[in-house]
Amino acid sequence: MAYLQSMATRANSFTGKKGRLPYLLLAPGLVWLFTFFVLPIINLAGTSTQTPVPGGDTGQYVQTFRFANYIDAFNASREQFARSFIYATLATLLALAIAYPLAYAIAFRSGKFKNLLLVLVIAPFFTSFLLRTVAWKQILGESGFVVPTLRALHIIGPQTTLTASALAVVTGMTYNFLPFMTLPLYASLERIDPRTLEASNDLYANAFTTFRKVTFPLSMPGVVAGTLLTFIPAAGDYVNAAILGNPNTTMLGNVIDSRFFRIVDYPTAAALSFMLMAAILILVTLYIRKSGTDELV
Amino acid sequence: MSDASTSSHGDLILTRISKTFGDFVAVDDLSLTITEGSFFALLGPSGCGKTTTLRMIAGLEEPTVGSIFIGETDITTKKPYQRPVNTVFQNYALFPHLSIFENVAFGLRRRGIKDVKAQVDKVLQLVELPHYADRKPNQLSGGQQQRIALARAIVNRPALLLLDEPLGALDLKLRRQMQIELKWIQTEVGLTFVHVTHDQEEAMTMADTIAVMNEGRIEQMGSPTDLYESPATAFVANFLGQSNLIRGVSTSSDGDSEVVQLHGQKISLLKSRNQADGASVLVGIRPEKIRIDLPDVPTTGNSLTGGVVSDVSFVGVSTQYVVEMPWKQDLMVFEQNDGGTPTLRPGDPVSLSWNVPFTFGLDGSQDVNAGSKVEEIE
Repeated sequence: MAYLQSMATRANSFTGKKGRLPYLLLAPGLVWLFTFFVLPIINLAGTSTQTPVPGGDTGQYVQTFRFANYIDAFNASREQFARSFIYATLATLLALAIAYPLAYAIAFRSGKFKNLLLVLVIAPFFTSFLLRTVAWKQILGESGFVVPTLRALHIIGPQTTLTASALAVVTGMTYNFLPFMTLPLYASLERIDPRTLEASNDLYANAFTTFRKVTFPLSMPGVVAGTLLTFIPAAGDYVNAAILGNPNTTMLGNVIDSRFFRIVDYPTAAALSFMLMAAILILVTLYIRKSGTDELV
Repeated sequence: MSDASTSSHGDLILTRISKTFGDFVAVDDLSLTITEGSFFALLGPSGCGKTTTLRMIAGLEEPTVGSIFIGETDITTKKPYQRPVNTVFQNYALFPHLSIFENVAFGLRRRGIKDVKAQVDKVLQLVELPHYADRKPNQLSGGQQQRIALARAIVNRPALLLLDEPLGALDLKLRRQMQIELKWIQTEVGLTFVHVTHDQEEAMTMADTIAVMNEGRIEQMGSPTDLYESPATAFVANFLGQSNLIRGVSTSSDGDSEVVQLHGQKISLLKSRNQADGASVLVGIRPEKIRIDLPDVPTTGNSLTGGVVSDVSFVGVSTQYVVEMPWKQDLMVFEQNDGGTPTLRPGDPVSLSWNVPFTFGLDGSQDVNAGSKVEEIE
């Protein structure tokens, strides 16, 4: 009996230690998040319900808990809301279509070039996001090779341009976020045991059926991770629309940008930021629920 | 695709197949016929070409030269999914995203078979896991996954079932149990099983016929008893169980037997048991066939004198002696612990004896140790 009790105390002290340790490990991260995420978010939430100080200067606001700010902000930017999600969805689908074959080839067919190809996938990160987007403008511009080639092939008319268009914005985002799609896809494809593919082949499935029934389902964690990593930043992006778009292709990010920095309308900008965050959160939750990948570990 | 399993039954015939990877010859001009309905084992150390042979039968590798037939049908260039052949993979290769039911149903669904549920239920009964249909593979133990891998293959009733080291990942006790079960299932379903293994005991327990492979070739093929009692090469003698091989010279002939000089001592060897063409011969005797006695005890049959016990290990059913002979060779002797012999200690002088028919002779040009160390390389 005494033995059992001593065992119990030991077990307790052990779990006690074990109980504190994770929190200690989490502490630096929690402090960081609290200071640079939670506090600003609370501040932002406060800003979103403020109204201008009567008779005050531009940029002077006072807290009046005016939740109608949200309705006004939404009504003023419905188009940009819609565009943000449409462009982000298109860019995500395009990136998936390009990245899947690429990741598949790297994972299964690249042999000794595997590491080199992976470095090439992340190579664009060695230059700045802004610079890459400007470069994309050059590529699609009059002096690039794309437009003259397409004109020569009569795919586009002699007057048609590619820059300052929705197409340019979507392709720009696709290009910029492609590595975020490729890397998770590669990681999940690479984890597939090639023997399961052989087993599928052995069990009367040809190459296409094997892909449909085994390879693709097993790569779902990568598909989900990749689409989220592409969709979320794409929905909030404003650089591509600013550099590659025109006034009719503005996204919500551009509105928030101009409200904050040009019009100095902090409450509207804050309200829009919150709505964008909420919308992304809801969509992502629904998406993860539906794709049901938590079982696939 | 759907006729894959209905047509082409019959013996599996490999005709002069070779497989090279660059400069490496994995399988070297191998010909083999495996009778329909038999349990056939390809036995050999790793790298001997047995798995490559299996993969060529499955269609996962294409032979560089040669042809593969099942009955009258040439399947040499057929894709894996076009062959009436299914494989139980090493480490099982179950589909982690599918339930056990869907894993087993996979082959049936691909071939558009109607009563999937009935067939899957039946085969899950056969492997004694009927209540696991809704689980995922990672919720099963190794032994259970092994059974599901087997069920997933045999549910298709292939002309040929290939087993690639199927029990390699299981612990010893479970492996013994599965060996007996596999043999029982094979008898039950009546399919041809081709089993690849490096475990000689596993091959002997299950197979009707064993082909011992070494360096891409078949060293010897036959029933487990044939291979054990009459090995044709030093490799087989050492790889399948243990053997004492002693270098000798055949000196004279006397009716059915010949006299062989072993380092100055004479023993007789039946001519029918001698594979050597010339006078140089490796005389073989299995350790458990040897009687070990004190030097003054009278012996019958063949005997060797002048040995000294150098090591004794008690292993329950038997005692294993290492005896150093005057020519500095260690011989193994296994003695049943049936209470008959007095226990010998290291340092005791002994003489060894055995019945003449137990002696076998091998070609003298071979390495005495061929095949005895290969398992340790892994």
